[in-house]
Amino acid sequence: MSKGNVSKISYEDLQVNFHEVHPGLTNQEAIEESNRCLYCYDAPCIQACPTGIDIPTFIKKIASGNLKGSAKTIMTANPIGASCSRVCPTEELCEGACVLNDSTKPIMIGNLQRYATDWAIKNDQVLFQAGEKNGKKVAVVGGGPAGLSAARELALLGYDVTIFEAEDKAGGLNTYGIVSFRLPQNISFWEVNQVESLDVKIRTNTRVGADISVEEIMDQHDIVILAVGMSKVPELGIDGEDLDGVYDAIEFVKATKTKPIDSQFLGKKAVVIGAGNTAIDGATCSVRLGSENVKILYRRTLEEMTAYDFEYEFAKQDGVEFRWLTAPVKIIGDENGKVKAIECVKMVLGEPGEDGRRRPVALEGSEFILEVDAVIKAIGQSRYVDLLEQFELEHSGGVVKINPQTYQTSNQKVFACGDVIFGKGQGEAMVVSAAQQGKDTAYAIHQLVSSTVPETA
Amino acid sequence: MADLRINLAGIQSPNPFWLASAPPTNSGYQVQRAFEAGWGGAVWKTLGDPILNVSSRFAAVSFNGQRVAGFNNIELITDRPLEVNLKEIYETKKKFPNHAIIASLMVEPKQEKWHEIVKRVEDVGVDGLELNFGCPHGMAERGMGAASGQVPELVQKQTYWVKEVAKTPVIVKLTPNITDITVTAEAAVEGGADAISMINTINSLAAVDIHTWDTVPHVGGKGAHGGYCGPAVKPIALHMVGDCARNPRINVPISGIGGISNWENAVEFMLMGATGVQVCTAAMHHGFRIVEDMIEGLNNYLDEKGIASVSELVGKSVQKYSDWGDLDLNYKVVARINNETCINCNKCHIACEDTSHQCIDMLKDDNGTSYLKVREEDCVGCNLCSIVCPVDGAIDMVALKSELPPMTWNERQAALGVLACGVDPVTK
Repeated sequence: MSKGNVSKISYEDLQVNFHEVHPGLTNQEAIEESNRCLYCYDAPCIQACPTGIDIPTFIKKIASGNLKGSAKTIMTANPIGASCSRVCPTEELCEGACVLNDSTKPIMIGNLQRYATDWAIKNDQVLFQAGEKNGKKVAVVGGGPAGLSAARELALLGYDVTIFEAEDKAGGLNTYGIVSFRLPQNISFWEVNQVESLDVKIRTNTRVGADISVEEIMDQHDIVILAVGMSKVPELGIDGEDLDGVYDAIEFVKATKTKPIDSQFLGKKAVVIGAGNTAIDGATCSVRLGSENVKILYRRTLEEMTAYDFEYEFAKQDGVEFRWLTAPVKIIGDENGKVKAIECVKMVLGEPGEDGRRRPVALEGSEFILEVDAVIKAIGQSRYVDLLEQFELEHSGGVVKINPQTYQTSNQKVFACGDVIFGKGQGEAMVVSAAQQGKDTAYAIHQLVSSTVPETA
Repeated sequence: MADLRINLAGIQSPNPFWLASAPPTNSGYQVQRAFEAGWGGAVWKTLGDPILNVSSRFAAVSFNGQRVAGFNNIELITDRPLEVNLKEIYETKKKFPNHAIIASLMVEPKQEKWHEIVKRVEDVGVDGLELNFGCPHGMAERGMGAASGQVPELVQKQTYWVKEVAKTPVIVKLTPNITDITVTAEAAVEGGADAISMINTINSLAAVDIHTWDTVPHVGGKGAHGGYCGPAVKPIALHMVGDCARNPRINVPISGIGGISNWENAVEFMLMGATGVQVCTAAMHHGFRIVEDMIEGLNNYLDEKGIASVSELVGKSVQKYSDWGDLDLNYKVVARINNETCINCNKCHIACEDTSHQCIDMLKDDNGTSYLKVREEDCVGCNLCSIVCPVDGAIDMVALKSELPPMTWNERQAALGVLACGVDPVTK
């Protein structure tokens, strides 16, 4: 992170705090940086990208001024490449694999990708055209990264695709779950529009299993793709969770992206329970809403924390405090049912558990109380088990079982991708991985359909 | 501290770095600033009948973000009255008596015109004259500059006219817009030139604006060819200097010009036979201050080499510059990749695979780590891989010990000729 990224929190105009933090590259910066790329052959950055973007090629196109071609190279490989340029852990992926790590310093691949896709957004580019219709109807349940990606690829191949989206807008995590100062909504909307421009129908405010039945979906489509992601943050299982001032981190972030920024947090104290990327988002949003003090409470240590390093650094720059080996015991309310404090206990790390991480154990007698006005829960996400049951799919604790080669579920007509198949040793919870799974699912479906429907010559 | 002084055909200079006749030497103000910055000499922007200039006039060629890789102009000789220039030359020479001031001259190819201007500039105390037979635009249409410089007889005759009256050394500046520069160089020598300088600018069109479809530069939507210079022309200039330096009939000092941007370039030109160098584009790109590094770098180089005087460099590489027919056919180098240093960008592989001799393999070791290896038996030693390699030291070109004695093409042909004679009757 460069020094220029130190955030400046405004207490006068909270809106400003939710503007995108990092400015994009200027034209000159992009030209200089793109000319630094070696244009490797069989480049390791391509191998390191889950969607396999031809990175040297898109960078070369920036250098030559072919920005439309550059954006198309990116978006061809990754239907949500504009969002990924902002949210990918690039130092672990493309930039981490750049050969220049071994000689000078890696190319700013993420920033260049953002530069090219921003150009396409600003210039209202429509990069793709729908394929010739093949008469097959596909329903995609969930319009997040995986669903959009699958829908895009199938539309290019000529399928009649309908996305069923529970929310008001499609885009899923990119639209609602990633803080605005990292990923503004208009980026996600552009990607949704790119998919819609391929004649993909998106039925928003339509929750499958409630607003439309599973039977109806199954009857009306040849194939169904389940890409519903994950649900709310689960209960902590402690007293006081129903108090006013206890928030689900995902809902909390969503509110900052969908509602006017309000000032109720000004000068307040908040704690966030958990230390994943969502916890960081919850904490940094709290800071930007004007909270006076924000602490992340985590029952393990920095070592076990799942947040990316750059997220952790970002939170520290925002002034978020980290309290390791600290677990909540109960949330204490005042006479009006509002949160006023949280009781915690210190932990010690015991023997390693199933996942190899050392299990935290409460240290008896170490309880203490923190005065807080808000508690934000970010200890993972629960699953749409009920929906999976309605589809009668085999699953393990809400993680849909699939054939890893074909993405087919226990119902041959139903495919699944994205976070709904993440977990239990299956896959990675990255936006870019979801995009790739969407593509792979589309290809698997097409292969299946092509082999069952004889090609007409 | 090495002795950086040069003596080019009798013109003394405290160091080999002169400003070439061009926009940087347009006025006394500029030349005096240059001398203060450390330049050893200046060839005053060409004097003659003042001309009218157009706007705009310069253009640069950028390559992969490198600005001014090449430079082009359609400016003409001085547009200021001769009297003004002469007055300023006089004042400048008075202030800087130890620096070389050479007057660049261009007039119609008439004896009396040359006589007149030579007398007038020598009266104000110049150290030498440089005849501009190179300017490729504007003046050429009027029979001057390159129009004269492309005709050996005119070069010889005009040099002769100048020498009839000149008291100071005469340098003839040659145009590269000719098939063989040694022909005009010889003509200059025959005309009595004390030295030659090269190269003037090369006919060029810098660019076309793909948005407006205008040439670059353009004058109200119309363009004309200009003169090319800057780093991009250095190889051409170096070749021409070398060709003249190794020609025994061109036995006069050479002032090297063409894309010299730093002390290393200057050393190259001097090794290839130049007694001193002239610089323009680099100064236009960065200002006169670059000469400080040129002087210091040259001095450090000489000290490191244990060379007492810069003059000792002159011509040291000339004998190494020959013709293809004199190259040893049995000398062989191959590429070797140092996998410790290699960063696996695979640029050498694809360059060799697509465009050379397909002898660099992409392999994996027992641990699955990628590495590159040259099949030496198939390597022709072309250098391409080491040229495209972005990391110093990752590819070495290694000379192999030859089993055969050295033999050049010319020697081989001579040997075959003898053999052919012997075989001749049989084949007939």
